[in-house]
Amino acid sequence: MPTYTDMTRCDGCGECVDICPSDIMHIDPVNRRSYNIEPNFCWECYACVKACPQQAIDVRGYADFVPLGHKVRVLRKEKKGLVFWKVTFRDGRVKEFTFPIRTTPWGSIKSPSAYEAPDPSELSSPMLAHEPAALKVETLPTLPPSN
Amino acid sequence: MDSDILIIGGGFGGCGAAYESRYWGRNLNIVIVEKANIERSGAVAQGLSAINCYMGMQWGENQPDDFVRYARGDLMGLVREDLIFDIARHVDATVHKFEEWGLPILKDPKTGRYMREGKWQIMIHGESYKPIIAEAARKSASKVYNRIMVTHLLMDELHSNRVAGAVGFDMRDGTFYVFRAKAVIVGAGGASHIYRPRSVGEGMGRTWYAPWSSASAYGLLIPTGAKMIQMENKIVLARFKDGYGPVGAWFLLLKAYATNAYGEKYEASWLDQIKSLVGKYADTQPMPTCLRNHAMLEEMKAGKGPIYMQTQESLDTMEKEETGWEDFLDMTISQAVVWASQNIDPKERPSELITSEPYVMGSHATCSGAWVSGPEDLAPEDYQWGYNRMTTVEGLFGAGDTVGGSAHKFSSGSFTEGRLAGKSAVKYVKDLQGDAPQVDEAQIKKLKELIFRPLENYKVGRNEIVAGTVAPSYISPLQGLQRLEKLMDEYAGGYSTFYVTNEPLLNRGLELLDMLKEDIEHLGAENLHQLQRAWELHHRILTAEAVTRHTLFRQETRWPGYYYRADHPKLDDAEWHVFTASEYDAKTGDWRMSKLPVHHIIK
Repeated sequence: MPTYTDMTRCDGCGECVDICPSDIMHIDPVNRRSYNIEPNFCWECYACVKACPQQAIDVRGYADFVPLGHKVRVLRKEKKGLVFWKVTFRDGRVKEFTFPIRTTPWGSIKSPSAYEAPDPSELSSPMLAHEPAALKVETLPTLPPSN
Repeated sequence: MDSDILIIGGGFGGCGAAYESRYWGRNLNIVIVEKANIERSGAVAQGLSAINCYMGMQWGENQPDDFVRYARGDLMGLVREDLIFDIARHVDATVHKFEEWGLPILKDPKTGRYMREGKWQIMIHGESYKPIIAEAARKSASKVYNRIMVTHLLMDELHSNRVAGAVGFDMRDGTFYVFRAKAVIVGAGGASHIYRPRSVGEGMGRTWYAPWSSASAYGLLIPTGAKMIQMENKIVLARFKDGYGPVGAWFLLLKAYATNAYGEKYEASWLDQIKSLVGKYADTQPMPTCLRNHAMLEEMKAGKGPIYMQTQESLDTMEKEETGWEDFLDMTISQAVVWASQNIDPKERPSELITSEPYVMGSHATCSGAWVSGPEDLAPEDYQWGYNRMTTVEGLFGAGDTVGGSAHKFSSGSFTEGRLAGKSAVKYVKDLQGDAPQVDEAQIKKLKELIFRPLENYKVGRNEIVAGTVAPSYISPLQGLQRLEKLMDEYAGGYSTFYVTNEPLLNRGLELLDMLKEDIEHLGAENLHQLQRAWELHHRILTAEAVTRHTLFRQETRWPGYYYRADHPKLDDAEWHVFTASEYDAKTGDWRMSKLPVHHIIK
């Protein structure tokens, strides 16, 4: 594996194909569902697992050091700003965790163009956008004169 | 496609470059081109559980000069202090913007300050770190091209040392792309899979650094003749075994500790031996990362493994248990998979630690990469020849893994370095006043033919055989990669030799690398996905050669624990308190090696 797609859940929507950083989730031309074409280049990053609207993708850890019988499942609720994890051990023990993922609405970040345009002469200064206010100190540090 | 500023790679460096260049260059055409999808690409695709570079100047916690001393100590004296100071003085503003954008940063309920994992690290709920940063970048760029593999940089027809853009192909439909640009910022990834990974077979992809970080940060630059430095400064990580789970939060925040198999804390017992190798650097506080590796390696060689992280006493509250698990679930989920599958509950039993295979990068606790011009108000005279973060090629800027000498950037520092490069690139483009570089059509035609050749090789060669993967006239990108990993591991100080090499081994490695370079002209790619792998391999091989040549040139063991020159086992400050540099001539295949001075601008 390590990611694999559940034949009965996948509807071939291609979300996993769009998101996979390693370009290894592809649509099988026969079954019209996704699968991992190159397991040995999968980082088990769960990008596809989190993106799948059908929860059709799971991970079975690498066979060279991971015994069977475990599960690490994830549900990422973007609008709620939460991610839920369920870890099932080989011996059946379960641990569950919930963590926040974002404190502002998705899409709410202001474009840098939305800020007042800087004075062109500032292009030669060492200051970056929003400084010094964003630094939360009065001035940009420079080398101590003794140096 | 024409643009003013072309940003290659949409990771933290590239996203920072996009944001800042848009802030200063309101009317410029700013283009990001990314191999994957910027929503989840780069080394932080999976998420992160901490921001490892934050000063806390607003609370007087640390100042930029403190940070320079720390990074310099960790890298045994050899860093570009101007570049590190420059990042450190801006990085707090970057982190404050991240929080404003919606990144959840943990706070100490008593003080209201960010919760510290260590002196430089703050804790975050970072599962969505990359999608948040990608949103800011998307709003900054004129256009984002996803799924384009950039294979080569283009050079100006009239000025051989000036960049003119880049070429690549669309991995979905095979369209050939020519991106002409006045300035190019390379924010591509460093190198995983240069050395044989510890995992085998199906597990080959379970490396510490992302398998899609395919050395384009260097593979794109080297053929332009850009000066590269510190390519021998490869990094080896101590991590939880097989899952590569991070150890920082466990050591620093949860106060877990490492022992040998018999429960003995071993690190101090190696101090005298370390002193005999590196002298005064052994007394650096905190102990340099490579020296901690060295102590672990010596303990293992003495037959006292496995090395264990003693986690049991650290998880006495639910809060601490959540912190420990989130550390993995945010950024290295495989480690949770390993624990679940092997019935390891960290509250009950310790876990094995081990050292990874070597990686080549410029953003973590290591600093391989391009030699760049420094900030005008900080850099010594000979570190300044142009715009801040411009390489030795005119108009070609770097950020993140691309920039050498500026270690300990991590995510926030890479984004900050992208911002610095972005602002500089805007100034460069404005100063050009419309003087756009010219691209030679013959150069483009030649590159187009070259890029798609692996598809042709396969089409022709495949007809010679019945079926299968064994062919007499071509090899697959995976077969080429496995050869590279094996030879780097065996000749250039990989894990199987306990990171030891010497001049005869390195010379033999170079001989075999030459043959591999000849053979990759015969790569066969069955489809566009394999064509991507073919060009990733090209970038990796060039990078591997740079690593080997730099390791051969530096006749000392500067960083025991990262690699050892058995023929020069000690640190030699008299001869080697310098940066190693290389310039590659793509026409002749020659490498010119040199030394560059290390200036200490902070006491």
